[in-house]
Amino acid sequence: MSFPWAKPYEPTHPLMKWMDEKLPIPRLVYNATGPGYPVPRNLNYFWNFGVLAGAALMIQIITGIVLAMHYAANASVAFNSVEHIMRDVNAGWFIRYAHMNGASMFFIVVYLHIFRGLYYGSYKAPREMVWLLGVVIFLLMMATAFMGYVLPWGQMSFWGAQVITGFFSAIPIVGEPVREWLLGGFVPDNATLNRFFSLHYLLPFVILGVIILHIWALHIPGSSNPTGIEVKDEQDTVPFHPYYTAKDGFGVGVFLLIFVALTFFSPNTLGHADNYIPANSLSTPAHIVPEWYFLPFYAILKAFTFNFLWIDAKLWGVIAMFASIALLFFLPWLDSSPIKSSNYRPLYRIFFWILVADVLLLGWCGMQPAEQPWVILSQLGAIYYFAHFLVILPIVSRIERPLPMPNSITEAVLAKHATDVKSASATA
Amino acid sequence: MASESELNAGIEDGVRRRDFINIAAVSFAGVGSVAVVLPLLNQMNPSADVLALSTTEIDISAIQPGQAIKTSWRKQPVFVRNLVAKEIAEAKAVPLGDLRDPETIDQRTKPGKENWLITLGVCTHLGCVPLGAAEGENKGDFGGYFCPCHGSHYDTAARIRKGPAPKNLVVPPYEFNSDTVVTIG
Repeated sequence: MSFPWAKPYEPTHPLMKWMDEKLPIPRLVYNATGPGYPVPRNLNYFWNFGVLAGAALMIQIITGIVLAMHYAANASVAFNSVEHIMRDVNAGWFIRYAHMNGASMFFIVVYLHIFRGLYYGSYKAPREMVWLLGVVIFLLMMATAFMGYVLPWGQMSFWGAQVITGFFSAIPIVGEPVREWLLGGFVPDNATLNRFFSLHYLLPFVILGVIILHIWALHIPGSSNPTGIEVKDEQDTVPFHPYYTAKDGFGVGVFLLIFVALTFFSPNTLGHADNYIPANSLSTPAHIVPEWYFLPFYAILKAFTFNFLWIDAKLWGVIAMFASIALLFFLPWLDSSPIKSSNYRPLYRIFFWILVADVLLLGWCGMQPAEQPWVILSQLGAIYYFAHFLVILPIVSRIERPLPMPNSITEAVLAKHATDVKSASATA
Repeated sequence: MASESELNAGIEDGVRRRDFINIAAVSFAGVGSVAVVLPLLNQMNPSADVLALSTTEIDISAIQPGQAIKTSWRKQPVFVRNLVAKEIAEAKAVPLGDLRDPETIDQRTKPGKENWLITLGVCTHLGCVPLGAAEGENKGDFGGYFCPCHGSHYDTAARIRKGPAPKNLVVPPYEFNSDTVVTIG
């Protein structure tokens, strides 16, 4: 679908006409990311992060396929094969560091993409399905990243696999058999490593498939925008190409600069030194922590140190951790305000920033050992996280008085332009 | 093409021939799919060679009172601890009602050998190896074991006392072959 004023695809070259009749891929591209897709004219740089996430996924797939040509998924040689990549394979160090840091960059842009959605209400009708598919992609990313982290078979790989598969043993009765089934043994071992490699290779392509659905669902109503007002007529939009291909191209350039700076100058900053020690099933590292992008969820897991009602602490921790993500599936219905953008929601905007601070606090607590004051801070942080979605958001969206809204995207843009001109002439 | 009357043959019992064929075909395909999925799922369970490592013999003669060793069974760490009288007394002094997973030390050791505490070295929270088996390691607030990952404290009978773990350290199945040799598994 598209707006009625979308530029139609009209091939002129005989070859393109022939192609259009047989397999209309050029038509699909033209209407999805070309001049045939009208996009709100007022998107800011926060709308770059979808494309950046796509770029990050492509980098992961390409570097990953290349690494798989040199890596050996066997517990007795996996660690050494990674060292072989680092020392012997031509440019192996670069490809592995790019893949390692590419995962971090992927999560950075995806987190910004998610918080963009939270700030501008991108999850609201008519784009609920876009949001739901996005949460599915996020879950798949977490599974893929976790299994990828196990592959080098260092100490953090091994104990990460032990702890994360341990989540399943919290399930009453079937938990322990499920865990043994997942591991193919009683502890992570060769069977575990092999299946994680198989799935780590598979899941990125599943993510790619869900991304296609995500974009498909997005293109039905079209992109949202910083005012949250829906497109009304042609003057509210510009064609995707060349306007946003250029803007996204610029964004990809900035992204790549940061990415290569991290890869070349600080490739191990976001990793853990313990993972350069080969896996040892008899000795846990003194301080185990997951990769940085899991820290807020890890803090929620660790926040439960006491039994409550008839459920034990371990199961509470695991339930809370999964619930903190599953909650996002209900977000479009927890927030009943018809106003999308926080620019016009004075009350929600405050709580949005408190949520950002809360997630950062949880991330910080996730890094710390299981001691006071970190335990109590994680508990308060976890309570606030759930309260934000289950209590504050439903109340705020009912009692809030939104600020006056412009009538259209164009009016908002022109009003901003008028104040800019006025302030420019005042200072001149 | 079947005529209407042929399709409705035998309709008096409410089931047309085509309905029967439809249900039979879908059921057959359904049972067939389950039969294919089962081995595809079951292949992920521990394989025969993994299960074959299921007994281990250990010599405990060198473990002095107050000491512990770390060994392994099914690739999992096992703690063998030679308790001193004070530790046994401490474990016995705790009222069962204070325990998260109530078990006496007698239930966790063999009769007449209650100084030998043999448990898995796998924290029942998320599976880290607790500290406390080796000399100089942190034994936690209750003098047994301490798991550094998420802060679970175990007492001198390796029972959970504080922290997120739900259960006591697991006592594996084992037998004393003699006074100095134990078979685990």
